[in-house]
Amino acid sequence: MDLQNQQRIKDAAEKYGPENLVVVLGSSDAEGAEIYAETVSNGDPTFAGPLAGVQSGLAVYHVFEQEIRDECDAAAWEEQISMMEMVLDPEKLAEAVSGIRSQFSKFTL
Amino acid sequence: MATVGIKGYAYCLNHAPETGLRYGNTPHVERETKGETEFLKELPSFLQSYEEAKDYAPNQAYIGGMPIEKLEEIPQPWYGNRLTGSGRYGSYGEIMPEDEFIGLMDICDVFDIIWLEKGFAASVRKKLSESPVMNGSVLSRLEEGHDLSEIENETAHRKALPLFHGGKTVGCVRNGHDVDDCLFAYVLLENLASKAGGLLSLLHLLKNTGMAPEEIDFVVECSEEAAGDMNQRGGGNFAKAIAEIAGCVNASGFDVRSFCAGPVNGMIAAASQVACGARKNCAVVAGGAVPKLFMNGRDHVKKKMPALEDCLGGFAVLLVPDDGTLPVMRLDVLGKHSVGAGSSPQAVTSALILDPLERAGLTFLDVDKYAAEMHINEITLPAGAGDVPLANIKMTAALAVTKKAIEKADMMTFVKERGVPGIAHTQGHIPSGVPFIGHACDALKEGRMKRAMIIGKGSLFLARLTNLADGASFLLEPPSGARGGASTVSKDDIKSLLLEVLAELSGKLQ
Repeated sequence: MDLQNQQRIKDAAEKYGPENLVVVLGSSDAEGAEIYAETVSNGDPTFAGPLAGVQSGLAVYHVFEQEIRDECDAAAWEEQISMMEMVLDPEKLAEAVSGIRSQFSKFTL
Repeated sequence: MATVGIKGYAYCLNHAPETGLRYGNTPHVERETKGETEFLKELPSFLQSYEEAKDYAPNQAYIGGMPIEKLEEIPQPWYGNRLTGSGRYGSYGEIMPEDEFIGLMDICDVFDIIWLEKGFAASVRKKLSESPVMNGSVLSRLEEGHDLSEIENETAHRKALPLFHGGKTVGCVRNGHDVDDCLFAYVLLENLASKAGGLLSLLHLLKNTGMAPEEIDFVVECSEEAAGDMNQRGGGNFAKAIAEIAGCVNASGFDVRSFCAGPVNGMIAAASQVACGARKNCAVVAGGAVPKLFMNGRDHVKKKMPALEDCLGGFAVLLVPDDGTLPVMRLDVLGKHSVGAGSSPQAVTSALILDPLERAGLTFLDVDKYAAEMHINEITLPAGAGDVPLANIKMTAALAVTKKAIEKADMMTFVKERGVPGIAHTQGHIPSGVPFIGHACDALKEGRMKRAMIIGKGSLFLARLTNLADGASFLLEPPSGARGGASTVSKDDIKSLLLEVLAELSGKLQ
């Protein structure tokens, strides 16, 4: 995760409180999604960015997880997301992020 | 229908591992911020030699050393199944070794920014003189060189950056200004490297088309670098700077920028000038980006695989009026990612692919190949960025399913038949559809293909000016076979036809 995005997430968590922040990932690659999810929940594993060593426990979801889908307007989902469900592997991506969440997130939706 | 002919194309790589080790953005920032870390200590042991880079199949496909279809027959990883005995030169261009490339940067330097060590300069002069695209006028720009002590003094006391070959200092890039950070040595290195890469492709384009430099009317440059000073950062103009060194004395030029969508926008900007008759021979040119060397090197080292991002990419395409004998680029149905189009993949794909097809009265199945973001997948996959060309053709196929152009069960057949493998280094603008123009034009000329779409997408949000992305696309089609297409019918032709009919009519009335 690039350093600027790490800083934005860190700033938002400090401003609004980690219990009030949910990170929604749109990563197309399961391995990448795991790293991003770990970065925002348990700290930057590469120790390169502002979230290095920050175990904020933020709630993190992939956009393909059912909890996020339930929050979305069905028409907007159809227009914006449905095509990518055919392109990517939604189940694998959802599993990757929920696995990390169950390990490191202190908060959920 | 407005069309322009594609007279020729050139694709070149500059092998630059030692430049990358020092000045690729990932290692450079690591060194500047953290010193000699484990990653920086390990990276050199994962470099490819020039011979290995030359035998890397995607590199050969890029320079026209092998048909792109053949690449798909070679099992991956391609770095574990290298070719044997491949050549430095392909039918489109070449893979230039790093020492000659450093020499080429000096040739491109008209402000005494690059200094070369005397012995190195002499050795490079000899090698470059054997190049099939160099001429006396270009070579005469190579300096005689300096004593190593002078170069060491520049790097030790005057903020010059050393240039390496074979682990030794062979030259330096001098600082262009004391306080103007747009003219610091690092920026000038980046710009001169891009200029040199663009020059090499332009020289190959002249050779491939049999054109004299003086015949080029206009150059559109479309890399991702910014040439300027602190009062006009990014003022330009790479195009004229490249044209000057190539000897294109009758050409002018300008630069087009749009991140990775730059080349497709550049093609459209050049083709529009040709189609309207403003200019005849327009070259679209770009060199590579030093900062992107070893951009994903950290992941490659972690995965114990070769650090593949060791080449700068470059290309050049010559656009001319459509005379019926050349593959053509259509201008009547361009894809455009408008401000209001939306930024979801679905919206972008619709704007760039579906919309132009509908306007052309075509369906998804009327295009044989779709070429977008042609990154070599072995570079991006280990870094968690996925198989980019595969993701792009899957998006096109999925859109075709949603528009009921194909059945969902046929999606992967569509992907297999109509996608193209990635053959380009992660040089930002270079992978963006344009590497396929050469292979597509070959197939269109030989009757192996009836239509291809070239798609460019750019991440404008990286500049913090807008959250928008950008994109553009165009169709390539075979030669019409007729001398003079519909687009060349002039007002005078219509007037004389009308006069002829009126004269005939008046004769009948008498």
